[in-house]
Amino acid sequence: MIPLGYYIALSAALFIVGVVGVLTLRNAIVIFMSVELMLNSANLALIAFSAYSGDAAGQILVFFVIAVAAAESAVGLAIIIALFRNKLTVNIDEVNVLKW
Amino acid sequence: MNLELIVFLILAAAAVVSAILVITRKNPVTSALYLVLNFFIIAVLYLFLRAQFIAVIQITVYAGAIMVLFLFVIMLLNLGDDRLMKWKFNSTRTIASLMGLALLAEILFYVINFTTGAGLSPQAESIGTVESIGKALYAGYLFPFEITSVLLLAAIVGAIFLSKKQISDGPMEKGNE
Amino acid sequence: MIAIEALIKIVVLVVIILTIVAYLVLLERKISAYMQDRIGPNRVGPKGLFQPLADVLKLVLKEMIVPAKANKFIHALAPVISITVAVGALAVIPFANYIVIGGQKISLLIANVNIGVLYILALSSLGVYGITLSGWASNNKYSLLGGLRSSAQMISYELSLGLSLVGVLMIDGTLQLDKITMAQSGGLWNIIYQPIGFLVFVTAAFAETNRLPFDLPEAEPELVGGYHTEYSGMRWGLFFLSEYTNMIVSSALMVTLYFGGWSLPFVNYSALGANLAALVQFVTFFAKLGILIFVFMWVRWTLPRFRYDQLMNVGWKIMLPLAILNLLGTGAVMLALK
Repeated sequence: MIPLGYYIALSAALFIVGVVGVLTLRNAIVIFMSVELMLNSANLALIAFSAYSGDAAGQILVFFVIAVAAAESAVGLAIIIALFRNKLTVNIDEVNVLKW
Repeated sequence: MNLELIVFLILAAAAVVSAILVITRKNPVTSALYLVLNFFIIAVLYLFLRAQFIAVIQITVYAGAIMVLFLFVIMLLNLGDDRLMKWKFNSTRTIASLMGLALLAEILFYVINFTTGAGLSPQAESIGTVESIGKALYAGYLFPFEITSVLLLAAIVGAIFLSKKQISDGPMEKGNE
Repeated sequence: MIAIEALIKIVVLVVIILTIVAYLVLLERKISAYMQDRIGPNRVGPKGLFQPLADVLKLVLKEMIVPAKANKFIHALAPVISITVAVGALAVIPFANYIVIGGQKISLLIANVNIGVLYILALSSLGVYGITLSGWASNNKYSLLGGLRSSAQMISYELSLGLSLVGVLMIDGTLQLDKITMAQSGGLWNIIYQPIGFLVFVTAAFAETNRLPFDLPEAEPELVGGYHTEYSGMRWGLFFLSEYTNMIVSSALMVTLYFGGWSLPFVNYSALGANLAALVQFVTFFAKLGILIFVFMWVRWTLPRFRYDQLMNVGWKIMLPLAILNLLGTGAVMLALK
């Protein structure tokens, strides 16, 4: 038997790795991957709660998260391609025309 | 220590290691591959939690579609060997990493005490099946489900609009002429 | 006990399938030869029957050349992904019902999972990694173009592949392949109910297996060898094996979903006794499989290759709407008959 806390701890650890990735990396695509990592850690926590409490709602929520993640990655990658077309880089430090 | 727990701990360690490798590799393709590995491990954990439908969806959508799209874009833009990914330890990034660790410690502090002692719910087996999720989705969550279709349509239109070659004054097109 | 049983089944199945694959290569060469009014391989053994052995020996003994600037690890990993995914899909395909050994009922299905169809779709969506990564890791323009083409092509056609199946799933109300077979064994085959769905499925299957007329990822006149330009020896052989295994998997899926699987109409299996019935079912399944694989080869040596924009147009503007319309029609008819 695996205690519920272990799943939550794993989920937290994965989430933190994602957070650190977003905060420290400079490549837009890998930042995007870190966001996916965070979404997945949240999904893991939801599924764990769902299975331990016997409620299907958590799994439905994960279903929606996956659908939203698919939409988000399609649009996000399109933005990155448009960005690359204009700037020839995906380094977010060099994309600062809106910065005062 | 039973077998299930041992396997879980191995998988959990592998998941964390692969996640760390995602954000520390220099080459985006390698990062993407480690992320795929991470998604696989999470899918196996879903099977541990008897969520078979979500596990398969995880592999089909995340590993099979989203990550292929990522790889496609990385290859299309030829980002294979750039140095953008180097970890230069300046102050911002050091602080960010430290704060991340602090957040992890905080969460773990609460979670460690969160051991209810109860195992998997007896219904866990039945709620993870396609039938049960389908019924719940179409009975209780019909409206959000329909809204998802609108969201996906908007995403398709947005993605096509953004990646159209209309913006012809960019340096990429100029270089090709 | 269950683990040992599964292990035996896996070993037997993999050996059978790989032997079949080796002979499919010979069959393909023979068929192409007859279509082009040649004789085909006839030097090794009687009528060229030992040709596959010679081919395998050649591939195993050949040097595996890795390009100097290739990504060594991914270059080696890509063919392994391809073959693993291709063989893995066989686990849920019911080749026959069950046999009885020593009073024990042994199902001839390796993994009777609840979500058989979804499992196959998930694996087929992973197949693209092998090709895309091999294209990228070879550090060669032609390979990269082949890899890019394949990822775009497979993502596009996966949609129509999945949607065309939903009609069958609606009719039979299950995702388990053996239950779908059972549902058809009494009545009519699903092809009668789902002709449009079948058409879309076949087209998408050709695109997913990278066979002509959709073999753009390895189009020889444009891309040398496409994604496997830089591969040689057994690594190349693994790509070759996985291509043919994919062909078997998609044909087997067609047999199971649309042509009644191992069942034949008007045959009373219970009168035959379990083991004889299983044998008949096994032969039936492989006969149907053989006919479909012949169609695959027939098409390959008959139709010319599509252009890339035509391929995308067919996928997005014809097959996808057709699959959705089929779904809508199936739903409407089912609602009307209810």
